[in-house]
Amino acid sequence: MSEVSNKSSPAPRLLVSPAWFFLGIFFVLPLVIMLVISFGMRGTYGGLKPIVDWWGYLSSGDFLANYRQSLDALYLPIYWRSIWMAVATTVLCLLISYPIAYYIAIVAPTRWKNLLLALVVVPFWTSFLIRTYAWMLILRTEGLANTLLMQAGLIQQPLDLLYNEFAVMIGLVYGELPFMILPLYASLEKLDLTLLEASGDLGANHASTFWRVTVPLTMPGIVAGIVLVFIPSIGQFVVSDLLGGAKSMLVGNLIQNQFSIARNKPFGSAIAFELTAVVLVLLLAYAWWSKKKGQEAML
Amino acid sequence: MSESISVEIREVSKRFGDFVAVDSVSLEIKKGEFFSLLGPSGCGKTTLLRMIGGFELPTAGAIRIGEKDVTHLPPYKRPVNMVFQSYALFPHLAVLDNVAFGLRYKKLSSADAVKKARESLALVRLEGFEDRLPAQLSGGQRQRVALARALAMEPEVLLLDEPLGALDQKLRKEVQLELKNLQRSLGLTFVFVTHDQEEALTMSDRIAVMNQGRVEQLDASHHVFEYPKTEFVAQFMGAPNFFTGVVKSLAEGLLSIGARTESEIRVRARSNSWRPDDAVRFVVRPEKLDLRTKSGTSDGEVSIEVTIEDRVYQGVNTVWVVRSDEGERYTIYEQNDRPFQESSRFRVGGRAFMSWNPRDTVVMEKKENGQLVG
Repeated sequence: MSEVSNKSSPAPRLLVSPAWFFLGIFFVLPLVIMLVISFGMRGTYGGLKPIVDWWGYLSSGDFLANYRQSLDALYLPIYWRSIWMAVATTVLCLLISYPIAYYIAIVAPTRWKNLLLALVVVPFWTSFLIRTYAWMLILRTEGLANTLLMQAGLIQQPLDLLYNEFAVMIGLVYGELPFMILPLYASLEKLDLTLLEASGDLGANHASTFWRVTVPLTMPGIVAGIVLVFIPSIGQFVVSDLLGGAKSMLVGNLIQNQFSIARNKPFGSAIAFELTAVVLVLLLAYAWWSKKKGQEAML
Repeated sequence: MSESISVEIREVSKRFGDFVAVDSVSLEIKKGEFFSLLGPSGCGKTTLLRMIGGFELPTAGAIRIGEKDVTHLPPYKRPVNMVFQSYALFPHLAVLDNVAFGLRYKKLSSADAVKKARESLALVRLEGFEDRLPAQLSGGQRQRVALARALAMEPEVLLLDEPLGALDQKLRKEVQLELKNLQRSLGLTFVFVTHDQEEALTMSDRIAVMNQGRVEQLDASHHVFEYPKTEFVAQFMGAPNFFTGVVKSLAEGLLSIGARTESEIRVRARSNSWRPDDAVRFVVRPEKLDLRTKSGTSDGEVSIEVTIEDRVYQGVNTVWVVRSDEGERYTIYEQNDRPFQESSRFRVGGRAFMSWNPRDTVVMEKKENGQLVG
């Protein structure tokens, strides 16, 4: 063909189109399918029940039945546990990570920095599932922790370390730690150390300098770390499945069960969608905060 | 310690591994004086300043501020404040909060702290900028905020670490005079670090010229300029005109030097340790040298025949570069107070006479076993 117009097809739009295509097929479309399913009803054999009277179904509000069911008192303890465990994981990760990130970024000799950072990332080389299994070996009754404690004579009877909320907490904190350390490191690395000297020069001791200068200036890293840790923690189901018992079920497990054991896809989709909405609200709040601070969001 | 001493540095050394940054420096800074530490980069001037501020601890020696030994005190317990080279303004705080930052530790009420901070900003003529963030200020304004922040603390000594380095030259000249006036009107002790000899001369009462961790010379600023004691100081103060001679005699305080000049040079001796036949080095400042067509021996002037190598027209001055028959190179500043054409008396490649008044001869201190004496 001789008449090909270049003007009507701007190159930039063409170049990003694969990205949009990818996001549309693998992200938006599944989400839409899930939303549609969440309004449906469970069929006898686990599929969707065909709807005969569309008008009656919509006007009676039956399509919201799954969302109503999700607010049943039966499930509230699970949501509550998910929230407090995610909050606790985030807080613990922050408390553990800040000193580590501070040490790597500021205290450690330059030639060690890359090695220390590599050590933070090294666990990613092994599958998360396998690392969680490793914790089972450590925490079980005749596991490493109990053996060592008993040999040291600190305890007479093995402790129940596995299959409880304690074990889940350990697994969550362990798994999410790098996601807190890395953004904290990134913002501490950029910190101008003369500002800490200036603070000391103006009469602030180390603690005062930390709260008035270091923390405010590394707030982007702190918030990014919180977002990065809280979101996966609240949807986590592998850790609680492997390390937790019946009493440490999280919302992630609830959703997973609907799709596997209970075979109630519509109900599972509804809870999953609610969780997605909560996460979305948190992300929007973060974006709003970043914009207000005039800072480039780290995510 | 005398009442009028503000900072006393006693045999202070600082080593970083094998590197000796400051090598057994002793000096006293008087109350209310503008004192400069001058030297090339790496000479130890900033390290010495940082030790006064408490950001580095000396490997050896002691530092007193006023009556107090502060050698091992952290910065926040010292009665000094610093204006940092990068200004180190807190980027997350507005100008007023930056200036009031340290006042919270002064046990002032918050209303008094704000009042004090505003006064301090008025001192550097920055009223109306209270709510701006540092990123919204120009370099000159940031420098003023840094100054106001340090002054608000009412320090006994104000430390300034090359605070004008980031400003353009025109602004720098203005700020130099402003700083000097501010220091004079507040009667505060300023310790100023710079590598710019002109800046040090413009502002300082006294200058310590540092080289390789040691103080080469500590004198009133005009004295350092007019009478450098060592070749390093002479060079650094812009007088790289070195001559070699031999001591003929020392009588009645007059040193008689034989050099490759047409006559002996008689200068006032600043030391009586000279002996006949001692080798002696001396300098003459470029602006004290004169280029003549004839050997000028009037009034006991000294002159040497030289070859003209180069001529640089600089507006106010013309710089002549000449070479003696021994191969030494000299710089001569000629003020352009005559019509331009007349300086064409000399041409590059031609011969001329370089003359000076013997009283302008500055003899370098005598060295014995590498040590300065006298």
